[in-house]
Amino acid sequence: MKKNIAVQVDDLTVAYNYKPVLWDIDLEIPEGVLMAIVGPNGAGKSTLIKSILGILKPIAGSVSIFGKSYEKQRHLVAYVPQKGSVDWDFPTTALDVVTMGTYGSLGWIKRPGQKEKKESLEALEKVGMLAFKNRQISQLSGGQQQRIFLARALVQNASIYFMDEPFQGVDATTEIAIINILKELRKAGKTVVVVHHDLQTVPEYFDWVTFLNVKKIATGPVKDIFNDDNLTKTYGINYKVSIQE
Amino acid sequence: MDITEYFNLVFTDYTLRTITLGTAILGAVTGMLGSFAVLRKQSLLGDAISHAALPGIAIAFLITGAKDSNVLLLGALVSGLLGTFWIRSIIKKTHLKSDTALGLILSLFFGFGMLLLTFIQKQPNANQAGLDKYLFGQAATLVESDVWLMAIVTGVCLFVLLLFWKEFKILLFDADYTKTLGFNTKFIDILITTFIVLAIVLGLQTVGVVLMSAMLLAPAAAARQWTNSLGLMVFLAAIFGAFSGVFGTAISSSQNNLSTGPVIVIVAGVFVLVSFIFSPSRGLLFKQIRFIKNRRDLELHKTLAFMFHIAETHDNISHPHTIKILNNFQGYTKGTLQKLVDKHYVTLKGKKWSLTEEGYKTASNLYNQQNDNDE
Repeated sequence: MKKNIAVQVDDLTVAYNYKPVLWDIDLEIPEGVLMAIVGPNGAGKSTLIKSILGILKPIAGSVSIFGKSYEKQRHLVAYVPQKGSVDWDFPTTALDVVTMGTYGSLGWIKRPGQKEKKESLEALEKVGMLAFKNRQISQLSGGQQQRIFLARALVQNASIYFMDEPFQGVDATTEIAIINILKELRKAGKTVVVVHHDLQTVPEYFDWVTFLNVKKIATGPVKDIFNDDNLTKTYGINYKVSIQE
Repeated sequence: MDITEYFNLVFTDYTLRTITLGTAILGAVTGMLGSFAVLRKQSLLGDAISHAALPGIAIAFLITGAKDSNVLLLGALVSGLLGTFWIRSIIKKTHLKSDTALGLILSLFFGFGMLLLTFIQKQPNANQAGLDKYLFGQAATLVESDVWLMAIVTGVCLFVLLLFWKEFKILLFDADYTKTLGFNTKFIDILITTFIVLAIVLGLQTVGVVLMSAMLLAPAAAARQWTNSLGLMVFLAAIFGAFSGVFGTAISSSQNNLSTGPVIVIVAGVFVLVSFIFSPSRGLLFKQIRFIKNRRDLELHKTLAFMFHIAETHDNISHPHTIKILNNFQGYTKGTLQKLVDKHYVTLKGKKWSLTEEGYKTASNLYNQQNDNDE
């Protein structure tokens, strides 16, 4: 049985000034996978996600979501940015940040009501942060802030989730909590794409992987392509990981 | 004129009432919009905009030859907007950082404006005198129509603010994310920036080019200290701004007509100072008090924990021990021991101490408690 293609990227090229950051990327992400994007610093992992989401303008290339242009399918896509991309001293509460996830479906001007509040509280509960709903966001730990971002994306109730380093700077407990939620999403048939740094945990957490270093090195099921050969091609050094079966 | 006499006059004297009302409205609208500038880390934008407005005033005068304040402010608006969008495009199109772009536009526009002002002063036009009041502002020149204009702009600004509240908030917090939700972030951004420019231009006549940015920043910075809610912060900033205007005007007109603009700015500065020191959660004073209290508690807890470990080894927790044991322990002073007695954690008999039931319970919970506080 052939799976649907959730995200299709064709000939995507992105450059900051003269330096290419992504070079002629072709990528197909099948529906229902939990995929890691791995690669060294500066490989363009975040840039790839941001280009797919229209935050950055590519020089060339196109992106389609379930066969249609991203603009038309925006409501199917949720985004978890890097935690460090915002100022956590912003005067607002955890619940308020999560509620921002409902703004897209609300559209212009309309304010969140009871329904949106209920959804946001449910998302907070899912990430185990209900007790902190009224907490000022600067008073949350790094892991808690990451969970708030995850909850904000969950509220969007999307089909495809893009997450930029959700495990960065979180403790082991939070990491397990987050990966369990991601696995639940996959179980529900959602597609999850994660920029990931810890190569050791790739086989354990993900079923699909993309190797990226400006160019796409390889993409496919973890069990088939997560090997020393591709790692060496991606990281440029003779890389050895021992994969426990 | 003393201050009570002044307050009588506010309600009877037409000029004073106009000025007071004008500065209050101005303070409110700049405080409101300043909150957004501060939260976007664009504090210096206000400074650049106000300086960039100066050549517009001069050019408007050169074209019309008249000192109609509305026409001059229109010139200021055009040149302020031009400066703002140049700053944006410099940041976007070159490698220069925003502080460089701001500094560049600020000094270039201001330099050009000063050049035009000196050129105008050399002209034989008798009408030219007094244009330099826009440098430091002169509240006394406010007339009723100016105040009406301020009130209308403030009203429109408030309306737009309430209408797009959700969009403003999310853009301020996370612009990239806002984009992925399908909002036109450029539109929201231009809307905010335009209102900031508008508010600054309105204030030029009263506070002047040089000090205008303080009106934008000071009330907002003060308000941030008191609240963790955006709505309350904007509201407080408006209140602080309005009061700065009212008090500033009152002080300046009751003290031999001190220049109003600078006095308003100084009053706003006092709001900032008081807020930085006395705010309960973020203020320096309470931070220091909390720090000292925590350190004391910690010393006490360390001593208690030490005693707990000794008492643990005995079946009877209240078994008396000699005080001398504690001498080996660094956190121990006579003071801490006395405090433990006051709290009924410890009883003293001669040169011996023993832990009470309550003290034992507290000590065994110390670590758990600290974990609770961390969470």
